[in-house]
Amino acid sequence: MSSADQTPPSLYAKREPIFPRRVKGSFRTMKWWLLFLMLGIYYVIPWIRWDRGPEMPNQAVLLDLANRRFFFFMVEIWPHEFYFVAGLLIMAGIGLFLFTSALGRVWCGYACPQTVWTDLYIQVERWIEGDRNARLRLHRKPWDFEKIRKYGLKWTVWFLIGMATGGAWVFYFADAPTLFVDLFTGQAHPVAYITVLILTMTTFLFGGFFREQVCIYACPWPRIQAAMMDEDTITIDYRHWRGEPRGKLKKGQLDPNQGDCIDCLACVNVCPMGIDIRNGQQMECITCGLCIDACDEVMDRIGKPRGLVAYMALSDQETEQSGNAPKSVWKHIFRPRTILYTVLWAGIGIALIVALFIRADLDMSVAPVRNPTHIVLSDGTVRNVYDIRLRNMYHEPRDFVMSITENPDLHMSIEGEPGTQVTVGPDEQALLRVYLTAPPGTPSNVAESSPVRIWASIAGGSERVYSDTVFNGRNQ
Amino acid sequence: MADNSDNKVKPPSRQYPDPAVKLKQDPPTTGHSWDGIEEYDNPMPRWWVWIFIITIVWSVGYWIAYPAWPGIQQATSGVLGYSSRANVATEIAEFEARNEQFFVQLVDTDLGEIRDNDELQRFAVNAGASVFRAQCSQCHGTGGAGVQAAGFPNLLNDEWLWGGTLEDIHETIRYGIRNEDFAEARWSEMPAFGRDGLLTEEEIDETVHFVLSLSGSDHDADLALAGAEHFEINCASCHGDGGEGDYFIGAPALNTQVWLYGGSYDAIYESIYYSRFGVMPGFANRLRDAEIRAVAAYVHQLGGGQ
Repeated sequence: MSSADQTPPSLYAKREPIFPRRVKGSFRTMKWWLLFLMLGIYYVIPWIRWDRGPEMPNQAVLLDLANRRFFFFMVEIWPHEFYFVAGLLIMAGIGLFLFTSALGRVWCGYACPQTVWTDLYIQVERWIEGDRNARLRLHRKPWDFEKIRKYGLKWTVWFLIGMATGGAWVFYFADAPTLFVDLFTGQAHPVAYITVLILTMTTFLFGGFFREQVCIYACPWPRIQAAMMDEDTITIDYRHWRGEPRGKLKKGQLDPNQGDCIDCLACVNVCPMGIDIRNGQQMECITCGLCIDACDEVMDRIGKPRGLVAYMALSDQETEQSGNAPKSVWKHIFRPRTILYTVLWAGIGIALIVALFIRADLDMSVAPVRNPTHIVLSDGTVRNVYDIRLRNMYHEPRDFVMSITENPDLHMSIEGEPGTQVTVGPDEQALLRVYLTAPPGTPSNVAESSPVRIWASIAGGSERVYSDTVFNGRNQ
Repeated sequence: MADNSDNKVKPPSRQYPDPAVKLKQDPPTTGHSWDGIEEYDNPMPRWWVWIFIITIVWSVGYWIAYPAWPGIQQATSGVLGYSSRANVATEIAEFEARNEQFFVQLVDTDLGEIRDNDELQRFAVNAGASVFRAQCSQCHGTGGAGVQAAGFPNLLNDEWLWGGTLEDIHETIRYGIRNEDFAEARWSEMPAFGRDGLLTEEEIDETVHFVLSLSGSDHDADLALAGAEHFEINCASCHGDGGEGDYFIGAPALNTQVWLYGGSYDAIYESIYYSRFGVMPGFANRLRDAEIRAVAAYVHQLGGGQ
């Protein structure tokens, strides 16, 4: 195709507004339930209480940024345990691989916040302005009282939903009941108001106006997800071997030389992405399932079997076309690739849970002071200094006993403490300046360096942790 | 046509279109092709252009509101009067106002009692550490280990020239050593025994061997025996009979493993021949009283405090 015989395409394209028609069906019903479930989880979680003792927050899920703690029911995560979060992110990644290779873009179609909130916003639009044709009419109409009233009402409701969304978000970061009162009495921190404002505006714009463009232009997910799919992935497709050649009903009757598709555009009109599923797999398709509901309804009405548009694997197309029975869904789903993802996903999950239960609620990090590497005292004793951080990850104050093993030459003392026992407050950490000394004549005194293991244990308890480090001698 | 009583799909007996046939009218391509994959020439979304234009408009507003355009002397100041330097100054003033109560408390508390107040001690050590880095680390090192080659004392060990109690350290920091700024400055004196001809080179050699023997270092016993006499006459009045030193006059101990200028034969020889002194400025006229007390508390807890 040469470009000389064409007029050059325009550089910029205006968005074609999409007015999805209402549809009823099993996928639509499921999507409503999922929407209620997920929004419910989002709004309710910050209000769940969890008793942790008098000095600790009693919010079940709390990201306490100021004190650098993350609370999740009985679990408390400190910043140095961030590997739990990293593990969860890896699980999320592998979970995405698993679901995408098995069920295609199921995240996009059912669970993505962009999809869920857009769905809600479209429903609001439908309540206020009516279904597709009414909305189209209103859209094309010049501005008059009715249009201003309806659009104004719609935008107000959208804005309120956006505010509720942004408002709920901040409750995850502070005590929800307190912040709720503060937000309305003007006493909350400016950061809370700014966060609410930003999330209100993003929800309002993304759900109300940007909609499918977020998926098409802004989101990296579709590109990654498309790469995760193969011919066994269950996804939404159009049985073109059954539907083509398409044609309108003639006097209410189907032409026997035509396929089952009567070109009624039901699937196109309900699509929130504004595409035609009959063109096959497209980057824009979020596999929301609404075209299936729409087409099934039509097939029922004209007395044809359902499933002209349906969930299927791409390899089924050819199998069915040649007249054979398609592979069962489970055979598509259980294949080496998905089994590998499941094993990896579950393995990391089990490892995280095990790590969560066996982790100690005390922690120590040892930083040897190397400025200078060692200090010679007047009697020839060599001293090394260690900055030690003790963490008491427990809601009561506890006594930590410091000790050393692996090196009998060394003696320990702590700056500012008479002995080797220190008290650390509830859910707090302490910084110690610990001295190890090697008396003259001992091997550690003259060696370049010798190993030592520093222990921290709970007084009267069995829990203890250690850290291996080295002791620098005079190197003589 | 098809029987849908069992709701099963049965392929009808007719010709099907080739699935490879493209059902959609493809957009034009740019003419670029890699491995047979062509690039569509799709138009850019219009809102993208709008955002570009909005950012340009925004930037114009920014120029007016905030400092933006560089000039010869300074940048345009912007109508909002924003200045990061002024912000820092405000923040520093804020923190200093918050610290003020501790500074007052530091001066009001007896030196020896600072340690008993955990909060005050913590403040003193942290404030002292920052004063130390700014004022002391040039000679004594950021870690406080000193520099032996230059005779800057190590503050981490248990050996002190002028005493290692908190009061001694505080006094030393306040008035310094061998400076003309303060009448109260600590002042040590040692004759240059070789240069001024008080001892011959041979006698110095013998004295060095005796000094080495005091700390149990390698030495020649015969020479040291001879040196003992010179030491008793010339050195013991300040350094003590056994070389134990004297905090009161800043005479270093010679019977320990810690050496200000090094413990080798050559280093000791040079010290006796030429004599050596350190100098330290007094900080009473440079730092606030509270800062001096804070840095004294900091140095005292480095490991050598008495």
